[in-house]
Amino acid sequence: MATVFLSIPLRRYTGGEASMDVPGATLRSLVRNLEERYPGIAASLVNPEDADRLMPGLGAIVDGEPANMGLLTPLEERSEVHFIPAIAGGAIAGGAPVPERDGGGRCG
Amino acid sequence: MSTTADRPAQEFKVVGSRPVRHDGVDKVLGRAQYGADVKLSGLIHGAVLRSPYAHAVIKKVDVSRAEAAPGVFAAITGNDMPVTAPRLVDMMEEVTNLKWASERVMAHGKAVYRGHPVAAVAAVDQNTALEALKLIEVEYEPLEAVISLEDAMKPDAVIIHDDLVGDHLGEKVPHTNIAEHTRTEFGDPEAAFAEAAHVLERTYTIARAHQGYIEPHSSTAFWSPDDKISVWTTTQAPFGVRSSMAAVLKVPLSDVRVVPTEIGGGFGGKIGLYMEPLAAVLSRKSGRPVKITMDRKSVFDATGPGPGGQVTAKMGVDKDGKIVAATATIRYMAGAYPGSSISAATAGIFACYKVPNVRIDAYDVVINMSKTAAYRAPGTPQATFASESLVSELCETIGMDPMEFHLLNAAEEGTRRPDGPVFPRIGNVACMEAIHNSDHFKSELGESPDGKLRGRGFASGYWNGGGNRSSVTISVNDDGVVSLVEGNPDIGGTRTTIAMQAAEVFGLPAHDVHPTVVDTDSVGYNDLTAGSRTTYASGQAAIEAARQVVEEIKKRVAMIWETEPENVSFEDSVFQNKVAPDQRFTFKEAAGKLGQTGGPVSKTGAVNVRGSGGGSFAAHLCDVEVDPETGKVQILRYTAAQDAGKAVHPSYVEGQFQGGAAQGIGWALNEEYYTSPDGVMQNASFLDYRMPTALDLPMIDAIVVEVPNTNHPFGVRGIGETSIVPPAPAVGNAIADAIGVRMYQTPMNPSRIMEALANKRNGKNGHQG
Repeated sequence: MATVFLSIPLRRYTGGEASMDVPGATLRSLVRNLEERYPGIAASLVNPEDADRLMPGLGAIVDGEPANMGLLTPLEERSEVHFIPAIAGGAIAGGAPVPERDGGGRCG
Repeated sequence: MSTTADRPAQEFKVVGSRPVRHDGVDKVLGRAQYGADVKLSGLIHGAVLRSPYAHAVIKKVDVSRAEAAPGVFAAITGNDMPVTAPRLVDMMEEVTNLKWASERVMAHGKAVYRGHPVAAVAAVDQNTALEALKLIEVEYEPLEAVISLEDAMKPDAVIIHDDLVGDHLGEKVPHTNIAEHTRTEFGDPEAAFAEAAHVLERTYTIARAHQGYIEPHSSTAFWSPDDKISVWTTTQAPFGVRSSMAAVLKVPLSDVRVVPTEIGGGFGGKIGLYMEPLAAVLSRKSGRPVKITMDRKSVFDATGPGPGGQVTAKMGVDKDGKIVAATATIRYMAGAYPGSSISAATAGIFACYKVPNVRIDAYDVVINMSKTAAYRAPGTPQATFASESLVSELCETIGMDPMEFHLLNAAEEGTRRPDGPVFPRIGNVACMEAIHNSDHFKSELGESPDGKLRGRGFASGYWNGGGNRSSVTISVNDDGVVSLVEGNPDIGGTRTTIAMQAAEVFGLPAHDVHPTVVDTDSVGYNDLTAGSRTTYASGQAAIEAARQVVEEIKKRVAMIWETEPENVSFEDSVFQNKVAPDQRFTFKEAAGKLGQTGGPVSKTGAVNVRGSGGGSFAAHLCDVEVDPETGKVQILRYTAAQDAGKAVHPSYVEGQFQGGAAQGIGWALNEEYYTSPDGVMQNASFLDYRMPTALDLPMIDAIVVEVPNTNHPFGVRGIGETSIVPPAPAVGNAIADAIGVRMYQTPMNPSRIMEALANKRNGKNGHQG
């Protein structure tokens, strides 16, 4: 059972709870179990474009080191997992992609 | 120079020695090819028209006259650039939103920093291109520039990006310049402060400072008729440039080949895209390869320095001087687009200490100046100026020796870093003890013969360092010399340190391993040269490749000896048949037999390694002399101790300690952007942007501490960045010791020193900025 520590924005899914013990052999299975317990939290943890990767801008630290295999990072029985902001960022309004332009396209 | 280790080290033959660098001759003779040295058949030259306003709507850009001018091949504006959807791309020390990365390289309708590219031309030579820029007509509608934290954060602030939605503790906030507000919290700081014997709170202001690399940015691109793009550029991140170029130009990733040139310094400032996409689009329009080289003014105006900002730090201690709580509010100015390393600042600000109750708020704020970039331990020197200055003043308040305070409260194995993770085995205490045992620490400060004021300051610092992905390919030549192909541009002697780790496995002299940095089509993926990762992570790829080579050669000599590979040992560069010990081949002899035993041996080590084992700590000691009549500060003596885990090439390690200390001293004493109220930098040249030279500094003594990193087979830690973290507070604490008044703002230049001395005479405490 890994111990998970959540950053403050993520605590809105847990009723303010900052840490909890959650089972999981990998970060992905841990996130699955977190989602079962706290519905909606996975949407803030998992990259919507790639279910094997963390949300861009979010970092996971496993046993003191960055989770360099993303959600596939293996966990030990007593691992400690921190989800923390990896970068400063902010978002772009609307959440929807802006219309793209080809910029003149390719040669030929 | 000296080395200190906390236990007997592994036995090494190559690692720990000081061979001449492989690229030394080329660099000494001027043969090394830097960005501006690129010459291609049919090459033409680009120039960029930059916004004279820090904030303006671009109502019209007309390049028709420029395009028609003699000798001009092409002209482009924002309309020629693809519009990119917002998407985050992780480049390790920087995470880039592609829409903003695209807008940063060429304005799309609005200029948001002075120097923002508005148009570009390509012509037969650079003078023609520069003249053509004068023919471009641009109609601007100037807007109020936002260039300070106060203006950016006030409730009725002018908003720089209408489409920016801030993330404030998880709440989505539109119409703001605060891109992000984060908070880290453990325990109950307020309750602990209430119980503390002493509490001190101070606010510190840190100027933005440029990396100051000698080589300006230079990029050449050729967009060939078959839609393959080749880019020669001075970058720390060739694979990052490849992926960003592909995304910004909306072309397949594998159609972009990036050739990293030699790099004349980067320090984090050569990670992102600048002119590469502009050169590529000009090339597509002209059909020629196009080179664009920045002048120094453009480097200052339009590339990323480290962020400036303001840090309020508070610390409480019990009656014995033990820390009971600490809080901080970090506000960094990211420049024109979000992203100012506030997470690294949060990790680093109190990392040297055991802090049982902590809260750290951090704000990432956009302003109308060029987007900041990573700068050596991004975000951490600024935050540490606050925390280590506060600790020094707190020690003064409670009458405790700073070294005693540091050792009493020092983070060690098992300590929880204030942002959460628990430290493994680290060298924090060992670095302080190295300073404590140094000749410098034991020496007397002495009196100035001419009435100047002397003082001594101490500070510690931390940087985590990264691991991640690296690929190295090793091939064995018939003569037993090994070629090593890697993909990390060499900014700190990493060709040699990577080659030395392979040589250690082979038992060969370092110069029998020939390293080459190649383009993105010629080696497997490599994360960038940054984050103190290259010697640590790419070194492990080299070790992995070398071990595979040894195993393959064991099979080959087993074939010759008609035995099983398991019966072949390899030690001290000799293969030996364990069953028939008389059968031996040196590595070089075995290399000559590869052709007849199955052909060439070439192996690739491809790794994704964990972080740098708790990072690298440093402790710095600084003596200064202050002239009370002019405010000039002279560094008299400086010692930097830092944990290298295992120093692969001690001379390069010492060089990193010295270089980081020199940059940190410059940040402390002189470096800043003098900016007019409308956002124009007034000192955009090396004449006026005052970096320290050899004439300004004493010899910086380096003490290499070696507390092995268990994440690396040889114990190596990444060491390139920590050395810039302690200097500003070490210098500031020394100044305070000398003049009896605290400095709360960088740079601590003569005018501020004089102001502080005047405040002291008037009964005020220090310079409040």
